[in-house]
Amino acid sequence: MIIKIPEPSLILLIGPSGSGKSTFARKHFKPTEVLSSDFCRGLVSDDETDQTATNDAFEVLRFIAAKRLAAGKVTVIDATNVQVEARKPLVALAREYHYLTVAIVFNMPAKLCQERNEVRPDRNFKSHVVRQQSQQLRRSLRGLKREGFRNFLYVMSTPEDVETVQVERQPLWVNRTDEQGPFDIIGDIHGCFDELVELLEELGYEISTQPNGETVVQPSQGRKAIFVGDFVDRGPKVTEVLRLVMGMQKTGAAICVPGNHDVKLVRALRGKNVNPTHGLAESLSQLEQESTEFKTQIAEFLNDLVSHYVLDNGKLVVAHAGMRAELQGRASGRVREFALYGETTGETDDFGLPIRVDWADEYRGPGMVVYGHTPVAEPKWVNRTINIDTGCVFGGKLTALRYPEKELVSVPARQTYYEPTKPLPDEVNELPSVKTQGYDDILDIDDVRGRRVISTRLHHNVTIREENTITALEVISRFAVDPKWLIYLPPTMSPTETTNIPGLLEHPTEGFTYYRKQGVSNVIWEEKHMGSRTVVIVCRDPETAKRRFGVADDTLGICYTRTGRRFFDDATVETELLRQVKAAIDKVNYWEVFSTDWICLDCELMPWSVKAQELLRQQYAPVGTSARVALGEAIASLETTAEQGVDVSHILDDYRQRAEAVTEYVKAYQQYCWQVQSVADLKLAPFHLLATEGAVYFDKNHLWHMETLSKLCQNSEDTLLFATHYGVVDVTDDTSQTEAIRRWEELTEDGGEGIVIKPLDFIVQGKRGLVQPAVKCRGREYLRIIYGPEYTLPQNLERLRSRGLSHKRSLALREFALGVEALERFVRCEPLSHVHECVFGILALESEAVDPRL
Amino acid sequence: MLLTISTAYSPATDLGYLLHKHPARIQSFGLAFGQAHVFYPEARTEKCTAALLLDVDAVGLIRRPHGQFAENFALAQYVSDRPYVASSFLSVAIARVFSSALSGKCKERPELAETEIPLKVKLSILPCRGGEKLLRRLFEPLGYTVEAERHALDTRFPDWGESRYFTVTLETTCRLSELLTHLYILMPVLDDEKHYWVGDAEIEKLLKHSNDWLADHPEQESIVRRYLKHQRRLTRQALAQLREEDAQEADETVQAQEEEQVEKWIGLNEIRLATVTEVLKQCGARRVLDLGCGEGKLLRKLLAEKQFEKIVGMDVSHHALRIAQERLNYDRLTEKQKQRLCLFQGSLSYRDKRLVGYDGAAVIEVIEHLDLPRLAAFERGLFEFACPRTVVLTTPNIEYNVKFENLQAGRFRHKDHRFEWTRDEFQSWAVGVAKRFDYTVVFHPIGPEAEDVGSPTQMAVFTRGDREARTT
Repeated sequence: MIIKIPEPSLILLIGPSGSGKSTFARKHFKPTEVLSSDFCRGLVSDDETDQTATNDAFEVLRFIAAKRLAAGKVTVIDATNVQVEARKPLVALAREYHYLTVAIVFNMPAKLCQERNEVRPDRNFKSHVVRQQSQQLRRSLRGLKREGFRNFLYVMSTPEDVETVQVERQPLWVNRTDEQGPFDIIGDIHGCFDELVELLEELGYEISTQPNGETVVQPSQGRKAIFVGDFVDRGPKVTEVLRLVMGMQKTGAAICVPGNHDVKLVRALRGKNVNPTHGLAESLSQLEQESTEFKTQIAEFLNDLVSHYVLDNGKLVVAHAGMRAELQGRASGRVREFALYGETTGETDDFGLPIRVDWADEYRGPGMVVYGHTPVAEPKWVNRTINIDTGCVFGGKLTALRYPEKELVSVPARQTYYEPTKPLPDEVNELPSVKTQGYDDILDIDDVRGRRVISTRLHHNVTIREENTITALEVISRFAVDPKWLIYLPPTMSPTETTNIPGLLEHPTEGFTYYRKQGVSNVIWEEKHMGSRTVVIVCRDPETAKRRFGVADDTLGICYTRTGRRFFDDATVETELLRQVKAAIDKVNYWEVFSTDWICLDCELMPWSVKAQELLRQQYAPVGTSARVALGEAIASLETTAEQGVDVSHILDDYRQRAEAVTEYVKAYQQYCWQVQSVADLKLAPFHLLATEGAVYFDKNHLWHMETLSKLCQNSEDTLLFATHYGVVDVTDDTSQTEAIRRWEELTEDGGEGIVIKPLDFIVQGKRGLVQPAVKCRGREYLRIIYGPEYTLPQNLERLRSRGLSHKRSLALREFALGVEALERFVRCEPLSHVHECVFGILALESEAVDPRL
Repeated sequence: MLLTISTAYSPATDLGYLLHKHPARIQSFGLAFGQAHVFYPEARTEKCTAALLLDVDAVGLIRRPHGQFAENFALAQYVSDRPYVASSFLSVAIARVFSSALSGKCKERPELAETEIPLKVKLSILPCRGGEKLLRRLFEPLGYTVEAERHALDTRFPDWGESRYFTVTLETTCRLSELLTHLYILMPVLDDEKHYWVGDAEIEKLLKHSNDWLADHPEQESIVRRYLKHQRRLTRQALAQLREEDAQEADETVQAQEEEQVEKWIGLNEIRLATVTEVLKQCGARRVLDLGCGEGKLLRKLLAEKQFEKIVGMDVSHHALRIAQERLNYDRLTEKQKQRLCLFQGSLSYRDKRLVGYDGAAVIEVIEHLDLPRLAAFERGLFEFACPRTVVLTTPNIEYNVKFENLQAGRFRHKDHRFEWTRDEFQSWAVGVAKRFDYTVVFHPIGPEAEDVGSPTQMAVFTRGDREARTT
């Protein structure tokens, strides 16, 4: 006997104790696929045979089963299952998750079971128990089909049956996950044959008419068409459409799913009493003169179509009216219903049409869902779903979506073949059609709340702890800019390892050594400006901002800080700054160079005092003033004392050193401050060209970034843009390193903050995973404003040398991976929530406790 | 940080006896947080000056394991003024280094310790929250002549303004121990900060060092409050002890005063909350949301009404929710009461399934804290997705701001307000929202109405349209 197991399905092993269920399960299933009641009994009571624990054990079993079913796993229930009451909740569970159910019955002689039980030390129940179970099983046998095991019921009556049986797994019809495309998915046709032919030609398919009048379609290079159904009704050439589509399916050139109209036609063709409304009458009259044989063929073809398909490893789902994530790849009446009709509230609107539940708006599944059914004026992406029924038969157009390119191709209807009951949704009255965000312009709290695991391309899964998401929710809600603008946040950056060079904490040598150890030979150093990190997004015009980012106001872009706050409180400053950046981009015509109408830059904005005014007033200046006065008074007093002949020299020396350090400290912070009256007093130094339409630039090395951006800066007519100094270093070559160190010394002696050392390539995967994308090496004087004015005193410096970098570095990698992920998702036009979760994650990670001086 | 004490008492060098420190030597003392040195810049018979120089080891402080110093002390900021200013560190140093002088004991010259002598104190840097005014109000009633020089934040950037630091000279004639207790208590009071945890023991310390002078000090209350780090319970207890009342009585007095105040002048907030509660009651709501519940003032009112079967308080601030939980005694509620009240963190910029299925929602003084571009998300989240039958929403009426004497023209009422609306602005927004989401809206003033400018708070009550009623 061959037992066919659809994947996924819920399999009930049915048989008395000792009938061989567990042995069978061990032989044919993975241990994790099998849920045994005995084992669950053990879990809750430490005793697998404790019958008083049965209720609790089944609660556990059903709980685990539910989790597996939700995850789409094959699940085997290894329990006696001989009573209908025992099977009922399991069948109900399968229904809830749209699972097929399989019954494998072990109808063994009671005597045999009893004998087996007797030799097992842990089964010492009385013989009547097994007898009773056998009786219950036999009573059940007849009803099993009706209970929900109609298609998959296997009964084995002898040990030989069990021994020789073969188990074959077969994927459900809906699963064609190994078909990877490329595909051309075509919307509702409704008998619009001419437009269909034109569209196929447009897509590069070769269409020829055979001598026998048959139309043969040859797909373009390796492609395949997928039809979302509704071939018939309303339109003029239903027969031709059906012929063509059936032919394509037969030759493997097309995959079809059924539409509600197609299903209704089948019923009509099979003589059922169907109301010939909504265009059915047209189909029937066109088919009238066809042969009965052809009509039977049509009925068979349409009837055999599978509700929906999951393709390309689950990345693509095609169904006529769409498919909720939890129904994809499942089989049940409900799934088929959904595929054909979608979901309705049960109410009707003013036009008498059913009000639909907007499943797409809530869609959070990983797969892209392409569907039709409800005509729309323009296809719109909503949370990785797209409706491509553009109402050809109503005078709209016939649309195809190319997969995986995500390109839309359409041909206009040659005429209005059928008057719509209600007008197609007018674009003007709709929300702005945003490429990524469409209707999902509002985020759901469940996209960010609680513990989160975000999977990234660069750095596996990044886990965000709940305590951090709590903090981030407040930050992002109260202070951040509109999430639609937040497509990226820069990662934190670790300093170099601590140097042992006297008088210093950081030195470039350690940075070079780090990368050499990671197997990176060429690095770049870039001057680190002492300003504030800022992300600048600038659009070609306000319409781009509206269309691409979905914002409502009339802005050209935005400037925000590394924690997602708007950089300028004064909107006029921001507007002017963006205007100047745009003017510079116009000048070098990067719009055309990168074929884009928006650009996202990673920059440093100076002076520091613009953003740090509060900090300067509250922290830096007070410390400087109080230290200067206090140390001055102390020194004066000590000097007077010394004049009295008291030996205070050791304290006095110490105080003089401290006073010097404080003077240096004040000088250090003052350098980064200047009066800002207008944009003319600002400097913006861009150092990464992060993204443009459809592209991120993490595959370009830093030399490319620096060159591309200095060209931008040099061609700017305003004084705003500021090119950054940089140099390439071969970390295996001493001369090259010495030269870079000399530049670092020069820069920092002048009061510069220091340098950032990056591997030449933007992203480097080393032997042990992702390598730090950058390390900073700060100057001795600058560090006074981080470690305190007097950190350079020997007694302080020695203690400060012990600092742990590992947490900071791990944080930097996680944030970097999330930032890259966010931008990549954005340029792929993924839903707002997918971009937002990454950015939110970065903000949440920022609330992890790490030494802020690093 | 340098503190000098001079006297012109003759022989002035007797100051050495009083301080129990030899004038011809420098002495150093190890402290938990650094080092103190005592030396004499001047030691003549006519005039003698003792100096206490305190080194606070800033680096050491930071490297201490967590929790040894009060957490909200500026440790988090590594660039700190603590090593340079007179603060609770200096008070502790005085108690340690001049312990006998502080308690008025002197073995060699016991009578001198009891004698009022001319004294002059100089504090190189004293932070004064409250400025020179407070400095004078604290020291002058104690008989000091005060001289204070204020320092600019940064002379290179004059527009940054003045710092809160003063170089202070105090002159008086009194017992040395008195002077030291004054400094011991008043330096941290002016600084308004403590580097250690303040608990019940701090009351004892305060009373021990101030018993004879604080009882009659005109600034008694603010001294006590600041010294005890603004902790209400401690302040109340300390004041009661100072006034020789018992604390129980004091509690009652305070409560009575509070009640009196309420009766005399019901605050705007009180009117607002009462109005909102009434509206929710009138509309027949049973399950209600308080969105942006803050510390739970409205929740308390709602809980008192048995009509409300389920009450949810949501706020974006986890901290505010914890305070609300405390104020509402959440942990002491019975299981049943707990089922009635539910607090959770949430944000009005996101849609939230947890808010679905309620028939009333209060959004009290909340929207003005949202950036204007984010109102759209709030509107959809509340009116489209949560869609409670009634929404009560209040916000300030900016027109009324001219009536607030303390409010600078052009300023909003709260630093965090992102906008404040005129009545027209508010009403046209609300009418737009109502239209878009199928609600009806009516407006009410809250608080005393003034001619031309209306009431301080404006309220909109939205009622959801009835779909069936509409279609028939």
